[in-house]
Amino acid sequence: MAEKFAVVGQSEIRVDGRALVGGQPVFVDDAATDAKTLHLALLWSPHAHARIRSIDTTAAADVPGVELILDHRNTPDKRYTTAGQGYPEPSPYDARMFDTKVRFVGDRVACVAADTVAVAQQAAELIEVEYEILDAVLTIDAAIAEGAPVIHDETDALDVWNQDRNVAAHMVGAAGDVAQGFAESDVVVEVTTETQYAQHAPLEPHAVYSYFDANGRLVIVSSTQVPFHVRRIVGRLLDLPVHSIRVIKPRIGGGFGVKQEVLIEDLAALVTVRTGRPAKLIYSREEEFISSRTRHPMRITTKLGAKADGTLHAIETTALSNTGAYGTHGLTVLSNVGSKTLPLYNKAPHVRFFGDAVYTNLPVGGAYRGYGATQSYFALETAVDRLAAELGIDAMEWRLRNHIREGETSPIFKALGEGREGVDQIITSCALEECIKRGAERIGWADKRGKRHRDGDWIHGVGMSIHMQGSGIPLVDMAAATLKMNDDGSFNLLVGATDLGTGSDTILGQIAAEVLGVPLDHIVVTSSDTDLTPFDTGAYASSTTYVSGMAVQLAAQDVMAQILEVAGAILNTPTDELTAEGGLITRADGETVTLSEVALRSLYAADQRQIAATRSFVPEVSPPPFMASFAEIAVDERTGQIRIVDYVVAVDCGTAINPNLAEGQVEGALVNGIGYALYEEIIFDDKGKPLTDDFARYKIPGVLDIPPIEVILVESYDPTGPMGAKSISEIGINGPIPTIANAVHDATGVWLTKTPFSAERVWRALREYQDRQPSVTPPVRP
Amino acid sequence: MNIELTLNRDLTTVDVAPGETLLEMLRRLGFTSVKDGCAHGDCGTCAVLIDGRAATACLLFAAQADGREITTIEGLVDDGFGLAEAMLDVGAVQCGFCIPAMILTAADLLRRESAPTRAEIATYLAGNLCRCTGYVKQLDAVELAIARAEEVTSG
Repeated sequence: MAEKFAVVGQSEIRVDGRALVGGQPVFVDDAATDAKTLHLALLWSPHAHARIRSIDTTAAADVPGVELILDHRNTPDKRYTTAGQGYPEPSPYDARMFDTKVRFVGDRVACVAADTVAVAQQAAELIEVEYEILDAVLTIDAAIAEGAPVIHDETDALDVWNQDRNVAAHMVGAAGDVAQGFAESDVVVEVTTETQYAQHAPLEPHAVYSYFDANGRLVIVSSTQVPFHVRRIVGRLLDLPVHSIRVIKPRIGGGFGVKQEVLIEDLAALVTVRTGRPAKLIYSREEEFISSRTRHPMRITTKLGAKADGTLHAIETTALSNTGAYGTHGLTVLSNVGSKTLPLYNKAPHVRFFGDAVYTNLPVGGAYRGYGATQSYFALETAVDRLAAELGIDAMEWRLRNHIREGETSPIFKALGEGREGVDQIITSCALEECIKRGAERIGWADKRGKRHRDGDWIHGVGMSIHMQGSGIPLVDMAAATLKMNDDGSFNLLVGATDLGTGSDTILGQIAAEVLGVPLDHIVVTSSDTDLTPFDTGAYASSTTYVSGMAVQLAAQDVMAQILEVAGAILNTPTDELTAEGGLITRADGETVTLSEVALRSLYAADQRQIAATRSFVPEVSPPPFMASFAEIAVDERTGQIRIVDYVVAVDCGTAINPNLAEGQVEGALVNGIGYALYEEIIFDDKGKPLTDDFARYKIPGVLDIPPIEVILVESYDPTGPMGAKSISEIGINGPIPTIANAVHDATGVWLTKTPFSAERVWRALREYQDRQPSVTPPVRP
Repeated sequence: MNIELTLNRDLTTVDVAPGETLLEMLRRLGFTSVKDGCAHGDCGTCAVLIDGRAATACLLFAAQADGREITTIEGLVDDGFGLAEAMLDVGAVQCGFCIPAMILTAADLLRRESAPTRAEIATYLAGNLCRCTGYVKQLDAVELAIARAEEVTSG
């Protein structure tokens, strides 16, 4: 049952809000740049697959103002992964700072450090490179074809599944026997879907600034989601001890996973180490598109088998993921294709996931909000609609009968973890049924489903899908928090957790304030500085609210116990006879002491000590948030254009620590997902060069592109989370593709199987469908 | 070369380089509210008011600001419409990278149109990209600011 809270559950204004609206210098690029700063420019590979025969930097080095040029000849040759993951990273070590081979258009060739950006760029253009151009692998099918060019033919790569066959990673997880399960099923459907390359497009591109502080320690200020992993990975790459490096994450302008990579910190750090001078590198928008990270395109087949009464009996998902030129996040994203989707329908005793992540000479896949689940829900949730149609059961009704519930489990939790075996867990909170019912009521499911109607050329339909994600990675993630008390009864909260715009500093402050019985402004939050704040694995896998939030709650409870002890001494009363509320500690007879009195005694008067605590939290489970997604759409029969008329999602995130910020996470994810469903796509020429390298050609949703959106937060209470909370940042992005596809089918009878659902693709699908059924015209609702 | 402009109400002389954009000049002078999100005029995070109209600073040469009046968020004591407060109150600020330009653009609209509809607000903000919020709360915030202003006027 939900408890009553004072600060938690309130839409507090974000603690960094005033600095942000005022345009204060809080981002990496705003840091005052020392006059001696070197500016970095990169030379990128123009070829998808080539060996570097020679590099001549003579002309570049002669440009006045050039200080240093880095390439494969003068940089460490260790293999590593750019994935900002825990140690040891589950991703293969298949990258070098600079390699003798380039594997995609946009791969690093050289880096120039110069007095100005203009000089660095000019010099980079003067570097002469002789390439031996190799046959490029530009599709999943080409990658796995017999005799395909081997993309990673190096001998020193580690943990690649099968280098000779271009398979970076492989994952399998199963329970029961799916062959038997399908044989025993009365109805079997199978769907194959394909999703495209897309980019995160945070408005602040990757940015890093490094310098030696007065004591000769290397400071790296980075727009990163993973400051502690940056410290560890850069230290290993450059042979620097961790104690010589300080990583600071200031405010960052969005990440969505693309900043869970150590992409540029190594370059700035090495330039500073070699020259002693500060170094700065800010990606241009073009560089962000061409050479940062992307969403893994996938081909996924999901097969469902059900009994005649509708009960799901077997599920099998098979995935081929395109990890691009390097295997970063290849294995773990692949794992989540199965692990974040299959437990949703836990009634099936026979379940199997099987997947490969293959190398191609295309941009590198990475962590992207949704992390494989987004791609997988397209197949799963459109397969569910097809199955329900075959069974003659309403698609919502079928989901209500078959989805996982509180107190239940799925064998997949144990069978599939992130790149390894997972962890058994029982669902400790699930308001999915209420999410479905409230969403359905709001969209008008009963009145509109199966009753397509026409409005001129536009045919209307409704669709839905349901989803789960997770809250951190169980038995892998770790977060710590330190709280210390000040004279005036305020507290410093120090967390390694990384606020990338999500508002985690604020909600972590709210959790501390709640436990300590003070307003949020009595909690001074400092985050993401490897010198000042305790360890946290970072902002990914929907971990921060749940994992870091628990660390904060534990630290605050520990501090509260210390406060009661001191208050007990002042009031001469056993601590169990004291109550704490509203900044006061009260004895049964009404006698009180203030937090400030407690702090002053403790700091200056008697039994002197700093009231403080550091607590860590390692989650043993990953309670999923749940979501029901509904849309009414209209399809223009003449052009194939899809218009979203109305979009409603109902989300169960446990307690919403800050409802405005929680809604904002869902709204943002949803709109990002709508863009991915309808038009966002990196398009390549026939040599693998991306053509969509700016916002004019790579369309992200603008304010005029958004439909009416309503987010309903359906509260539940997860007893394993802080104040009952689960995480919410990713799940919203999974809805639009299957919801829109199912709505298009409701409107037109056409099953879409390939994203994005561009007007042209939908128009072709409509023509093909009508050619097959020339006599069928859609029934028209009056 | 030197240009003379009114920068946040102060008459200022600035030495600008040939080819330097207004965005580069403003950031060089420390106006960090003006962001570089694409440098191509696509994202709107560098929007400033030029003679009172919102415009992207990345598409103008600094030299073109000669004789003009330039206003950034740093130059507004408040935005005159409570837009920043409204943005914070409704939770319209996530990473905050797009927000100063979004506020300036909305302020430009509210200066010429006291009671725009939600659709008109959206049309005016069409050049300001945001990847975090999905825009719902940003439109809510502008509407809230308008509603609060009306309350003050009618009360």
